[in-house]
Amino acid sequence: MEKQKVYELLAEVCQEDVVVEQPDIDLFEEGLLDSFGIITFLVEVEEKFGISVSITEFTREEWNTPNRIAEQLAERV
Amino acid sequence: MIPYGSFIFFFLIGIFLLPTIVLGLLGKSSKIYNMLVSIVILAVIFGNSKTGAISIILFTIFQIVLIKGYHHYRKERNNTVVFCMMVVLAILPLVLVKVLPLLGLNHVFGFLGVSYITFKSVQIVIETRDGMMKKQTLPIGELIYFLLFFPTVSSGPIDRWRRFEKDVNKTFSKEEYKELLYLGINSIFRGFLYKFILAFLIYNKILVYLPDHATYIHSPFWANVAYMYTYSFYLFFDFAGYSAFAIGVSYLMGVKTPENFNMPFISKNIKDFWNRWHMSLSFWFRDYVYMRFVFWMTKKKWIKNRYTVSNIGYFLLFFIMGVWHGLEWHFIIYGLYQAALIIGYDYFDRWNRKHKLWPKNKFTHVVSVFITFNFICFGFYIFSGQLFK
Repeated sequence: MEKQKVYELLAEVCQEDVVVEQPDIDLFEEGLLDSFGIITFLVEVEEKFGISVSITEFTREEWNTPNRIAEQLAERV
Repeated sequence: MIPYGSFIFFFLIGIFLLPTIVLGLLGKSSKIYNMLVSIVILAVIFGNSKTGAISIILFTIFQIVLIKGYHHYRKERNNTVVFCMMVVLAILPLVLVKVLPLLGLNHVFGFLGVSYITFKSVQIVIETRDGMMKKQTLPIGELIYFLLFFPTVSSGPIDRWRRFEKDVNKTFSKEEYKELLYLGINSIFRGFLYKFILAFLIYNKILVYLPDHATYIHSPFWANVAYMYTYSFYLFFDFAGYSAFAIGVSYLMGVKTPENFNMPFISKNIKDFWNRWHMSLSFWFRDYVYMRFVFWMTKKKWIKNRYTVSNIGYFLLFFIMGVWHGLEWHFIIYGLYQAALIIGYDYFDRWNRKHKLWPKNKFTHVVSVFITFNFICFGFYIFSGQLFK
């Protein structure tokens, strides 16, 4: 799975292009992603990529940057 | 004996944890010793009431059977009805303890910390459902240690099993333990400052005279306003003080119990506030009530509008949180008030993203903090029950 596609989906959810430009930005520290955003993202990931990630799996410590999210998803393909 | 309620308690902990500290400074694991000494301290905490002691033992056995049973079941199967039944069963004792007295049925069950242990148990059931425990064996000894971890048994902070279990099975190096010890002692002394000095003084020198016996304020309105702000600070220092004790003692035992407070009075909006106030509780509700509900509703697509789903989620979260504080009107209204604030703020935030009438700068930040602070304090005024007297 291409990282770029994950970044673009994140940008859509966060409504900020900065996540594509800076894949190592901390989404929670910068206030780009919140609980509601996480859910929107996870539902989209399931529909678009066919990967289901449970809410408890998505910890804010390990899934905090676009880069790390893409890596986590890549492990689950 | 109430944890952290008297100097004797601190004295006892100090003596019993000396070997823990020595082992830690030698770079050795104190896990087994800590588990044994916990039994002694739990006996000290719950030993004064026979029914309380029996209640907590029966309750713990019940929860362990439930967790282990569901964990075993989940290895092979995953039925939603079974999962829901498990959650209901895990919460049932807490519900009974709270509801039975209202129905006029006096009972002898119930003990300090019943709701905090329930939170931990429900959390394990939910994470088992999500398949997060598949690689884990859930040893009974460690499960009991987690559920009844004495530093946090009475009022939290609410830890998470996967995090806790990692800490418990880690042997810290001499240097790492020195750091933990320093942070732990620091936290305990912050607890003394907050709870035994600041909260004590605020309560005994100001709060007891408010709002009815303040000779220097003649208007009942202003006396209530003074009560509102004083109570807010009292509540913070009292609970943050307790939390600092619980966190500090946990650190001495090699467990990095999560923080409960992060300067809540400088929150820039109500969402920010719930990321700073009683964090371990609000994160629990966020993860296991709000997010699960919204995720489930979004997938089922029963309600088209995503914001409506989110708003119902907030309402559920704060309503349950209010009821959890106690089945009294002021707690329920406190919950509804917080739900209304967060839903209202969400509307404002979305509106502002479109219209950009409230820019981000230093001035608006200060104004936001001021406005939020006043809304928070009014919330605590409702919470205190004073409004309905």
